Amino acid sequence: MNKPSTLRRILTTDIPVVFIIMLAMGPFVWMILTSLTPTAQLSASGVSLSPAGWSMDNYIRLLEQTSFLGNMLDSLIIAAGTVVLGLAVSVTAAYALSRFRFPGRKLVMLQFLLVNMFPIVLLILPLFILMRKIGLLDTHLALILANSTVAIPFAVWMLRSYIGAIPRSLDEAAMIDGCSRLQALRRVVLPLAMPGIISTGIYIFITAWNEYLYALTLGGRNVRPVTVAIQTLIGEYQIEWGLLAAGGVVGALPATLLFLLVQRRLIGGLTQGAVKG
Amino acid sequence: MSTLAPSAPHDLTQVRPLRSRLMPYALLAPAVLVTLFIVFFPMVQAVVTSFYDLVLWKPNASRFVGFGNYIKLLHDPVFWTSLGHTAIWIGLTVPLQMGLGLVAALLLNREFPWRGLARALVIIPWALPSVVIALMWRWIYDPTTGVLNDILLYLSIIHSTVPWLADPHLALYAVIATLTWQGFPFFAVMILAGLQGIPQSQYEAASIDGASTWRQFVHITLPGIAPVLATAGLLRIIWVANSMDVIFVMTGGGPGYATHTLPLYAFIKARQNLDFGYGTAIAVTFTILLGAIVAVYIVRTMREVER
Repeated sequence: MNKPSTLRRILTTDIPVVFIIMLAMGPFVWMILTSLTPTAQLSASGVSLSPAGWSMDNYIRLLEQTSFLGNMLDSLIIAAGTVVLGLAVSVTAAYALSRFRFPGRKLVMLQFLLVNMFPIVLLILPLFILMRKIGLLDTHLALILANSTVAIPFAVWMLRSYIGAIPRSLDEAAMIDGCSRLQALRRVVLPLAMPGIISTGIYIFITAWNEYLYALTLGGRNVRPVTVAIQTLIGEYQIEWGLLAAGGVVGALPATLLFLLVQRRLIGGLTQGAVKG
Repeated sequence: MSTLAPSAPHDLTQVRPLRSRLMPYALLAPAVLVTLFIVFFPMVQAVVTSFYDLVLWKPNASRFVGFGNYIKLLHDPVFWTSLGHTAIWIGLTVPLQMGLGLVAALLLNREFPWRGLARALVIIPWALPSVVIALMWRWIYDPTTGVLNDILLYLSIIHSTVPWLADPHLALYAVIATLTWQGFPFFAVMILAGLQGIPQSQYEAASIDGASTWRQFVHITLPGIAPVLATAGLLRIIWVANSMDVIFVMTGGGPGYATHTLPLYAFIKARQNLDFGYGTAIAVTFTILLGAIVAVYIVRTMREVER
């Protein structure tokens, strides 16, 4: 096989890839440009394409005049809480599913897979009634629990495959050396599975951070995560696109950065199996 | 009867049978219990609620109506409209995402100097919150100041501004375009992983035999990524069918009922009319309809897991 010339490569590969990347990035870049254009200019002459017309005006207004930082804190508490709850109960479950063969194992795995497929709308209505009944409505805990409906099944499946990749002989060796099952899990399996646990945790964080419908339905007044808060930035009489775009950029930033950080390892895990998009 | 699979003869179960036999259940208990409480219990509740006439702001008027809500559903024109939209919604979005994802994956699988960067950047839409995506596209589609109209006017493709989201004939397709944009990176990434699993030697052998690029694509690439396409496609059908946050923020189901899909209809009924009985009846019906696809996916995945 002869290597294609550089020019040919640029024409058949680089340029089409640039188009795909522009398609993927374009709307987000447009939003960043919008957020950098001051509102007055936005309504007069549209989005400013040159740095000369840019200012941090919208961002300053976002931080000074709205409760956006507080909303970020709400999102942070909820997302971190979901990570902690999701991982805490899933690690042992995933270990059990990967190391033991016991009656009911298939049923349990099926259950976790099935849960991931449930329409959110089927859960959101009864969860609202449930949370109202036990007085959790509009609390962080309500949203942590709601997000866990997605996070736990996801984490169990991801961690099962990560732990499954660690040779059994390692925990058996530890047990022969006098460790109990749980000690073997804690001292041998957990450290080895740590990269997998971290990327699963980050994925849970991202999905919980980005979640909108639960936040809208179960939160709202006291607890208002960024995804809900962004919507309230829409002005009363006229949509404030500049401010809205600034909120969108800031709100999307934590998840996007985390995602870029772990994307390579995550994708390996995601492509192996059952995951919600 | 032994509870041990023959594959684990060295398990210490033989030493301490009972404790070890209970061990997996103890390890599973927290996850299973939490899931029962936050998923299965509410789900049963949902099915029960769907047999009641329950409007949240008049809880005392709640009464059992049997299949009443379901019968009402069959005579509800909005239900049938929403069902039709759901079919269009899935039928267009998933193939479009898959097609665009395939093109992106094939390109990103080629060799060029900035491949790593390109692969990272293409996933960005996937990581963005749905609300941000929805608002971003509302801004792009905006009839007076939106950039899409500007571009299309400049290119003389249209001659007057188009109200993308306000036109009942266009709104659904405009939202589908947004969802296609949001979801194609998922396919690209999955397909890319599949492509990397195809041995290079197959292509070399084919090109020695004089097979054209197209024939290589049809006879090597497509069969090679078929399992990935099937899995990703099924997952995506389920996900797209369920997803309503983008539509909800972009159009709220409007104009009129032009962008109602089934889950959105259920959500709006419950949220705006607080008609939880009827809303959950719609949600349950939708879940049953979706169940067929979920079943196919689950059978496939369980088979793969148990290999």
